[in-house]
Amino acid sequence: MRHALELASVWAVPLLLAGIPLYALCRKVKVYPAFVEGARSGFETAVRIIPPLVAIVVALGMLKASGTMDAVAALLAPVTTRLGLPAPVLPMILVRPLSGGAALGVVGDVLRSEGPDGYAGRLVSVMAGSTETTFYVLAVYMGAVGITRYRQALPAGLLADLAGFCASVLVVRAVFG
Amino acid sequence: MSFIWVALVAISVVVAAVNGRMGALTAAIATSAQGAVTLSLGLVGVMALWLGLMRVAEEAGLVRLLARAARPLLRRLFPEVPPEHPAMGAMVMNVAANVLGLGNAATPFGLEAMRLLEELNPHRGTATDAQALFCALNTASLQLLPATVIALRAATGARNPADVIGPTLLATACAATTAVLSAKLLSRLYPRPQPTGGA
Repeated sequence: MRHALELASVWAVPLLLAGIPLYALCRKVKVYPAFVEGARSGFETAVRIIPPLVAIVVALGMLKASGTMDAVAALLAPVTTRLGLPAPVLPMILVRPLSGGAALGVVGDVLRSEGPDGYAGRLVSVMAGSTETTFYVLAVYMGAVGITRYRQALPAGLLADLAGFCASVLVVRAVFG
Repeated sequence: MSFIWVALVAISVVVAAVNGRMGALTAAIATSAQGAVTLSLGLVGVMALWLGLMRVAEEAGLVRLLARAARPLLRRLFPEVPPEHPAMGAMVMNVAANVLGLGNAATPFGLEAMRLLEELNPHRGTATDAQALFCALNTASLQLLPATVIALRAATGARNPADVIGPTLLATACAATTAVLSAKLLSRLYPRPQPTGGA
């Protein structure tokens, strides 16, 4: 299991990078101009996330420098260590359903301060990849057709996030533990 | 989000005052802001590469290919939507684009799907089971490769930025399964208005 996951991780990017353009070439797609056009939008995406990243990284930096993070961590330690949640990862759970930009900010902050190859860094990465901005998605999709009663969509979306968080802890522990 | 952000900042200032760490706080504000920009700029390379590749995939018709694979699964998930109804087509394309991580392509398909599902909705303003399930699916990240996360990891010097792909896939599968199961099971707890109910 662990070996298969490692294999998938290592092979995925090179295989896609070679396979997709090859397939596209066979389908007579003008690969190069398409790539450049897409790359331009990638550049714009990276630039577009600067403002939310600044907002969240600054707020989290303040939380740490003021000693708040340590105090909260000490307070919640009995619960969080049992759940396998390091203190720097806690803000993720708070903001993930609300804002995609803010969640990326938390990921960036944890990767910067805890390092990408530690438990906290890997955990926050997997959490970000396996959950979505539930409130935002619902507001956009339901709002587009004027639905105000979401019924089971909201609890189902939040439960999915919760499942994503729990699974992240279990999988990261099992694979990198 | 506004509330959370202001609360984080305000609490920090108060705690810093109590702890006598105002100097450190001021320094941290400047370095954090700077660090956030450095981090974002570090993303540019990987994000450009990835979205370039995805654009090629899109033009090669990979979304359609994936849509064909997703169709039987979605038919089973949405038995109340007629298989030949255009809403099914839009949902299938939305899921396919989501799986490839093409957020910009997924949203228009998703909105179109919601609009077409609304045609099957006898109660305006209240979501149908199909609409609730479809939205729940979209709130579970279906993305196969978390491109932005990998880019962030690369920008912070990870030994192998992509080493989280396998674990992410597994966690995503759990989240998506939970979304479907809870949307199906919770449906009964949220009764819809009686069809005979006039307005």
